[in-house]
Amino acid sequence: MSEDLSIFDIAGPVMVGPSSSHTAGACKIGQFARALFHATPTEVVFYLHGSFGEVYKGHATDRALLGGVMKFQTSDPRIRDAFEIAKEKNLKYEFIVKDLGENAHPNTVKIVLKNENSKMSVTGSSIGGGMIEITKVDNFDVLLHGRAGKYLSLVAQLDHNDECLLNFQKHINKLEDISVAAIDKSDFKKKTLAVISLEGRRIKLSEVIELEKLEGVDFVRSLSKLETQ
Amino acid sequence: MEYQFKTAEEVINLCKKHKISISELAKRYESERSGKSTANVRERMKRTRDVMYEAIQKGIKSNERSKMGMVGGDAKKIYKHINSTSKIMGNKVTLRAMAYATAVGEQNACMRRIVAFPTAGGSGVVPGVLFSCSEHFKAGKRKLLKGMFCASAVGLIIAEGATLSAAKGGCQAEVGAAVAMSAAGLTEMRGGTPEQCFHAAAIALKSYLGLACDPLGGLVEVPCIKRNAIGCMAAIGASDMVICGVTSFIPFDEVVQAMNNIAEIMSPKLRETALGGLAVTKTGNMIKRKLGLKVTTEL
Ligand code: SF4
Repeated sequence: MSEDLSIFDIAGPVMVGPSSSHTAGACKIGQFARALFHATPTEVVFYLHGSFGEVYKGHATDRALLGGVMKFQTSDPRIRDAFEIAKEKNLKYEFIVKDLGENAHPNTVKIVLKNENSKMSVTGSSIGGGMIEITKVDNFDVLLHGRAGKYLSLVAQLDHNDECLLNFQKHINKLEDISVAAIDKSDFKKKTLAVISLEGRRIKLSEVIELEKLEGVDFVRSLSKLETQ
Repeated sequence: MEYQFKTAEEVINLCKKHKISISELAKRYESERSGKSTANVRERMKRTRDVMYEAIQKGIKSNERSKMGMVGGDAKKIYKHINSTSKIMGNKVTLRAMAYATAVGEQNACMRRIVAFPTAGGSGVVPGVLFSCSEHFKAGKRKLLKGMFCASAVGLIIAEGATLSAAKGGCQAEVGAAVAMSAAGLTEMRGGTPEQCFHAAAIALKSYLGLACDPLGGLVEVPCIKRNAIGCMAAIGASDMVICGVTSFIPFDEVVQAMNNIAEIMSPKLRETALGGLAVTKTGNMIKRKLGLKVTTEL
C-alpha cells in the first residue's frame, strides 16, 4: 500500500458486520457506482469475481453492494434489510458470478446500473480493511481510491484541464470548515474523473449544487461516510 | 514530516529521539498527517473505544444466533463463569478476554455494529485483550487508549510491510495481525518500552505465520470467532513472556517480511475463498450445501 495510511484505517472503520472487505468495502463500491452513475437506477446487475463470487452470500456482500447503490453508509443497520428496501423502491437487482479475468483482484465486482435514459458499468475491488479501488468505468481504465470510513468524498467529472480542477479545488477551500485531504484523478472519455477526499464537516447539498454550476464541471456527487466516527 | 513511520525500526528510533511511547507517536503521526490537533485525534479514538465497549456489553448478554445458526450465545456462557475461577485453569483476565472477544465476534456475525480493528474478522482480539486487562489494572480509560494507539501503530506497520487482507494473506493477516497488535498494546499498557512492545508483537505474530483463512461457507463465524478468543491467550502470553525478560530472536520487521513472503506463496484456496482447509471438511461441505454453494473438494 503506497498511500499514507491513517491510524483509523487500522482502528476502524466502525461498520455493520460481518466482513470489512466483503461487507463494508462492498457497500463503499456500491456507493461509488451510484455516485458515478449520477442518477437513480431502476435496475442493477452485479458481476461477482473471485472470492466475492465464492462467498458473497455468507458475508452479506450482496446486501452491502445493494445498500451502497441505495446510498447507505457502511455503518447503516438497514444493510441487513437491503433486499426488502430495494423492492419497496422498485429497484430491480441481480447477482451473477463471473470471472472478470486474471488481473482482477480476488474481491472484485462489476456493477452495471441502468435506467430508461442511461447505462453505466463500474468495476471496483475491495482491497482489505474497508479500503477500495475503482478500476474501470465503462470501458475506460481508471484508478480511484476510497476508504470505507475515513473521508467524505466528492466524485466529480470535469473538463480535462488542470485549470478546471484547480478552480474547483479553490472553491471547495473557500467553504468554511472543509478542507481537501487528497485528490485522485483519472482520464475518462476526454474528461477528468476525480475523487476529492474532504475533511471537516459534512458538505451541504446546496454547496454541492453550487460546485456543480462551475464552468467545466459536468457533475458532482457527495458520498456518505460513517457518522459515528 | 517529523513523526511518519512505516517500520518498527523507524518507530523505535522516533520514540527514542523524542522520548515518547509508541502510543504518543501514533497520536502525533495521525495529527501530523491529518492536520488535526492531538486532542481531536484522541477524541476520535475515544469514540472508537465506545463502539467497542457497546459491542462487548451487548455481546456478553446476547443469545442471538447468526443466520446459519453456527454461532451465538458463547460469550454469555463464558462470561457467566467469570467469578468461578476455581473451575477454570486460566485466570479471570484470560477468561474475560475470551468472553469479550467472543462477544464482539458474535455481534459481527449477527450484522451488528463493531469496529474493524484491524478487520471485521479479527475484530475481537484487540477489545478482548485491552478491555479485560485494563479492568484488571483498574486502569481506567486513559490507559486503554494508550493500548489502542500502540496496537494501531503495529497494525499500520503490518499493512505497510505485508497485508491486512485475508484475501491476500490468509488468517495470519487478520487474527494473526490482531494478536500481534494486542500483544504490543498490552505491553505498553503495563509500562513496557517500545522495544518490548515489538518483541511481544514479534513473538505473537511468529506463532500465527501461515495461518489459513478457511471459514465454513465463507462466513466469518467458524473458526473465526473462537480463533479470536484463543488469540487473546496468545497475545497475553507473548506480553507476559516479554515482561519476564524474553526477547524475540527475529526482529518484528523481519517477521512482517516473512508474513508477506508467505502471503505471496499461499494457495488462493486458503485465502478467504472457502476452497480449502476447514471449509472443505465434511462439516464445512454440509454448510456449503445448506448455502447452495458448490462443493469442490471432499476430504
Ligand atoms: S478464517 Fe478468514 S474470515 Fe475467519 S477470521 Fe480468519 S481471516 Fe477472517
